[in-house]
Amino acid sequence: MSVDGPAATFRRRGRIVVVGASLAGLRAAETLREEGFTGTLTMVGDEPREPYDRPPLSKQVLLGKTPADGTALPRRRAIDAEWRLGVAATGLDLTEKRVRLADGQEVAFDRLLIATGTRARPWPRDAEADLDGVFVLRTSDDAARLDRRLAAGPRRVLVIGAGFTGSEVASACRERGLEVTVAERGPAPLVGALGGVIGAVAAELQREHGVDLRCCITVTALEGDPAGRLRRAHLSDGTALDVDVAVIALGAMRNTEWLAGSGLGAGPRGVACDAGCRAFDVHGIVTDDIFVAGDVARSPHPLFGYQFLSLEHWGNAVAQAEVAAHNMISAGPDRRPHLWVPAFWSAQFGVNIKSVGVPPMGEEIAVTQGSLAGRRFAAAYGFQGRVIAAVTFDHARWIDFYRERIEAAAPFPPDFTGVDRPPEGIRPVSADFPDPALPTHGPTVTLSGYSPSDRRLTFTPARA
Amino acid sequence: MRLVVDLNRCQGYAQCAFLAPDVFVMHGEEALMYDPGADESQREQITRAAAACPVQAILVDQVDQLEEARAHVR
Repeated sequence: MSVDGPAATFRRRGRIVVVGASLAGLRAAETLREEGFTGTLTMVGDEPREPYDRPPLSKQVLLGKTPADGTALPRRRAIDAEWRLGVAATGLDLTEKRVRLADGQEVAFDRLLIATGTRARPWPRDAEADLDGVFVLRTSDDAARLDRRLAAGPRRVLVIGAGFTGSEVASACRERGLEVTVAERGPAPLVGALGGVIGAVAAELQREHGVDLRCCITVTALEGDPAGRLRRAHLSDGTALDVDVAVIALGAMRNTEWLAGSGLGAGPRGVACDAGCRAFDVHGIVTDDIFVAGDVARSPHPLFGYQFLSLEHWGNAVAQAEVAAHNMISAGPDRRPHLWVPAFWSAQFGVNIKSVGVPPMGEEIAVTQGSLAGRRFAAAYGFQGRVIAAVTFDHARWIDFYRERIEAAAPFPPDFTGVDRPPEGIRPVSADFPDPALPTHGPTVTLSGYSPSDRRLTFTPARA
Repeated sequence: MRLVVDLNRCQGYAQCAFLAPDVFVMHGEEALMYDPGADESQREQITRAAAACPVQAILVDQVDQLEEARAHVR
């Protein structure tokens, strides 16, 4: 292709629209400019503020150490974009190549990046969700409201759902000296993401820090007083709790509704795309000009049997945005695959938790360094005789080593001689994940799509 | 000023907590807690901390780019 081919022309004069002005959208925009895109760039975001970082919201912000509006993301470079903030995208016309906005305007594009992410799953009953004292935690505004309420010193906080967000909220509450009850449907905190063996460690951690942790239980109703303030929660074991604050931490929902009817392969599990971040249409045909990145994307990964991975991970948003942006302005042979190995962290109850790979694929787990009892350990997950994931508690320096083991499909049980080996040796046990058919708070990694070893998948068309 | 730490990369070496103790604090054994919107007066210490980070996990904004960032927010 000559230097004046279509790709070069697009780089100079093309029109790119990025829908979603959070971490993935911002990093994609920076990468576009970094790699020489000089056309027009429009950033559309439903929140009326510039891109900000979300992980501190459940930690520094809830501890009252950082104001909720103090997490704006640093910029890697100027992006010279037209910003359309505070206005959501409401529709996509693939034929005319236009994005419809909530204010009635339309934005035309040559190439589009979808990075609309997720939102907090609300409490299912609206009247109860609207009670004063019921919160979710996803946005900066959510964090500001919750922080204000926690600072006012509620008698007891109820956290519904003990995934990472719920556990971090509970941790922050205890650090602020507040009484906390955590209600979890599964048998332990973090069980959907890390399995029952690690979940048991997380449960001990919570109880040691004074959390009233109740597992295998659901909240059946939230009750308000005549003034509409939350005052009581009813639990599935027939008991009731007097609470002033309830934090709904039931996982996230992908923001794909605006794509309904567009012809893109988008639904509750996200927007399906190929390894190069190009979206699939409803026929499973890859589009040429629509790209996806971040929490809203699901893409196949060769390390995990080419199953589609949906990752709600900070690092994935950055890595996938960079690949999507590169591919948006590159000709076919220059495009790169998104082959990031899933990784995430959480800080709770003074412990640094890190994970790499896809733990929910693990059939077995083996503590390879340190000990569960000491709360300082590394453990590897095994799947069909290979290392598929790892988790560390206060052992972060080893995460890269395990990532390399996963990438090399190293054998499980692990055959390496590491330092800090458990005295009883490396003994694999069942990783004890709940049946994926049962609803939980939702793991941060979701596998979907066809796997030759899994015949349980059924296709359920959406109702008309 | 603004900063973000890639906590996937961070391995808890705590160099930043020594060099800019008003911004970076260890929380427990190895978890890092930092102020993402630190005061401009901390810039020199933060720049030193970012340079010293063994895994180069600290991203600090550039002043001139912040002008653009602010210009577009209502």
